Formats: sequence, C-alpha cells, structure tokens
Amino acid sequence: MFRYANPAQFMRLSGALLPWVSLFAVVALVSGTILGFRVPPDYQQGMTVTIMFVHVPAAIVAESAYALIAVASIFSLVWRHPLADTAARAAAPLGAVFTALGLITGSLWGRPMWGAYWVWDARLTSFLLLLFLYLGYIALWNAIEDETRAARAAAILALVGAVNLPIIKFSVDWWNTLHQGESILSGQIAPVFLWPLLTMALGYMLTFAALWMVRIRTEIVARRARSLMQRGEAA
Amino acid sequence: MSPAFASLLVRDLKLAARSGGSAALALAFFALMATLVPLGVGADLRLLARVAAGVLWVGAVLAALLSLDRLYQGDFDDGSLDLIALSPLSLEQVALAKFLAHWLSTGLPLTLLSPLLALFFGLPGRGTAMLMLSLLIGTPAVSAVGAIGASLTLSLKRGGLILPLLILPLLVPVVIFGAGAVSAALDGLANGALGLLGAFSLAAVLLSPFVTAACVRLNLAG
Repeated sequence: MFRYANPAQFMRLSGALLPWVSLFAVVALVSGTILGFRVPPDYQQGMTVTIMFVHVPAAIVAESAYALIAVASIFSLVWRHPLADTAARAAAPLGAVFTALGLITGSLWGRPMWGAYWVWDARLTSFLLLLFLYLGYIALWNAIEDETRAARAAAILALVGAVNLPIIKFSVDWWNTLHQGESILSGQIAPVFLWPLLTMALGYMLTFAALWMVRIRTEIVARRARSLMQRGEAA
Repeated sequence: MSPAFASLLVRDLKLAARSGGSAALALAFFALMATLVPLGVGADLRLLARVAAGVLWVGAVLAALLSLDRLYQGDFDDGSLDLIALSPLSLEQVALAKFLAHWLSTGLPLTLLSPLLALFFGLPGRGTAMLMLSLLIGTPAVSAVGAIGASLTLSLKRGGLILPLLILPLLVPVVIFGAGAVSAALDGLANGALGLLGAFSLAAVLLSPFVTAACVRLNLAG
C-alpha cells in the first residue's frame, strides 16, 4: 500500500495498467450486452428482466465505491497516506453517478413491474439516501478551500456516514419492504441470467476502476502543474 | 460537574436565550410549520391525526437544525473557540457541554411544545404521550449528530447551507423510529421502535463528543 504512496510510483503503475483495464472493461461490457440480449424471456418479467443487467451492476459499484471511500478515509486519517485523499475524492462523483444510474434503471424497471416509476420501498429509499450521502460528501470537499482541512473533514464525514449507513439501511428495511431479496449469492438465480449479469458486473467494475485511475492521475498532474506555477511566480 | 464545564454550559444557554434568541426562533419555526401543514393538506382532522406524528417529528428535526450553524461558527469567527480550547476542559468535554446546551435550548423546549401542536392535529391522548416520550428520547440524537455537522462546517462562511445536506441523511433512523413509535402506540401494537430510538440516541450521544472534538481540532490546527 505504502510503496505506491509516492505519486510518481503510482503514475508509473497506473499508466501501465490503464490501457489494459480500459480494454477489458470494453470487452466485458460489449460481451455482457450481447449475452444479455440473448437470454430467454423470464416467465414473470418477460424481456424487462434484461434491465437487471444494467441495474444490479450499477448498484453493486455504487455501494462498493462508498466502501472504498471509507477505507481510503481511514488510510488518510490514521496514516496520513498522501494519495488516499485524492483517491477518496476522485471516487465520490463516480459513486454518485453509479448510484443515480442504479436509481434510474431501477425506476424504468419498476414502471412495468410494480406499476410506478417510484415506490417508497426500503431498498429504493436507502439508495436515494446513499445518493444524498455522496452529494453531501462532494459538497463538503468543495466548500472548504484549504485542501488538507477539506481532506480531513471529508474523511471524518465519510467515516460517520459509513458507520451510519448500516443503521439507516436497517431502519428503512424495518420501515417498508417491497424489493425482492438477494438472489445471486444464495444461488436462486437461473444460470442463463447469472452469466450475462456477472459479465456486466465485471464490465461495470472495470469501467469504474479505469475512470477512477484517470481521475486520480488527472489530480496528480494538476497538482504538479499548480506547484510549478507557484514556483514560477516565486522566481 | 467542574466549574469550567458549568460556566461554558451556562454561557451557551445564555447565548441561546439572548442574542438572536435561537431557542425562541426554533419554537416559532416549529409552530409555524405545524400551522402551514393543515393549510396545505386540508383541515380533515382524521387525515391530520394520521400524519401528525411524522409531520411533527420532521418539523422538530428541521427546527433543531436552524440554530446548529451557530453552535461552533460564532465562537470560531470571534476567536472565543481558541480561548475555550485553552481552558482546562478537554475538547471532548467542550463538545459535551455545547451539545447539552443545544439540546436544553432546542430539543427540550420543542418536546414541551409538542403536546400543544399535537392538539391542533387532533392526535389522541395515547399518541400525544408517546410523541412527547419519543421526542424526549430522540432529540438528543438530533443535537448530537447535528453537533458533528456543525463542527465540520465551522470554518465556512455559509456553513448553514451545507449543514442540512450533511446531517439529514444521517438522521433518517431518528425520524423513522420516532414517528414509528407514535404510530405503533396509536395502533396499540408492541413498541419496538422506542427501544431502537433509544439505542440510536445513546450511541449518538456517546460518540458525538469524540468526533466533534476531532473536527474542532483539525479546524484549529490549520
């Protein structure tokens, strides 16, 4: 972990990885889409079942991104790991977009299946709240000008949010449940649907990883440019 | 209670009662919001009784948020937070005193006002008693979580605008369990919500001073 704390090391490693990660992301997304269109209609959902292939992966990535931010925040607060702040900040808008994507695709699926674009179901509600947590986190980063202060404050907020997230989820579940339960890990999903889903999930994760690396690299380069300009003014 | 702790608590209570009167303003906001709702949804008392618990809980949370941005920001701006940090109190104790002052000047008065507003909504007696009890148990959590948000944003000129975005998602369990306890009491069901509300509140009050102190520390260090 700490060997790559040095931005130059990270630039070298991520520069070598980025083309491959991007390539595999495209391959996985394309083949997942092709596989997804070849599944037979579900006996209850008909062809709307294919929405699952773009919905579930978005939801998985959205939740994992928050976990990544929380882990990066621990690294930032405890070990003052210099890249952790940048990594956490770079992941936030991506996580927010995947959360929004999960909400939108879910809503498009909900219209034919549940008869409404939006229902106040527990999982939808907690996902909406996750979106707000992301927005608050991004807003706090942007509001505080001093960068080290902003990084610490955002890290504390991310950890408070991470501790609270399971409680929010529990309380919302307690409040109302309509969404179907988990079916991937418990093996209840039919294999015809499982393979396109896993391929798409891999594609989404690789896409996230590629965009994340691009954002971190951009931030490192921008920081270098800023310090060069300051040095130029001083000279 | 050490003299320093007591004097900080009394000072913050005096500030809440006097300059700008944030305590009275929170009550006025709460009462006004409760007046606007029937104007919006109609005067049917049966409908109002059904939504009373949720509306009054949401109103209480929003009213408590109103004065939060001054909890640390005012002291930070005029430099008194630096002096408070130099006092014999640890920052955790300071955070506890400020949390207590905030709850005593908003959460407690809001709880005491709630039966009157419940009357306007035609909430039955059982529901009113449970509303008061749930507010009494739940509002400390609002102040505790709110204090974290206030200390995160204390250096911001317009911290009051971003604060609700940071705090409200974290307060979802309080609203759900608080309003849920009242609904359960009205339906005569076994009431697990009150216990969950109490658990959330205890955890929030216990952890908040440590998190708040960390936020104050990072803002004073820069």
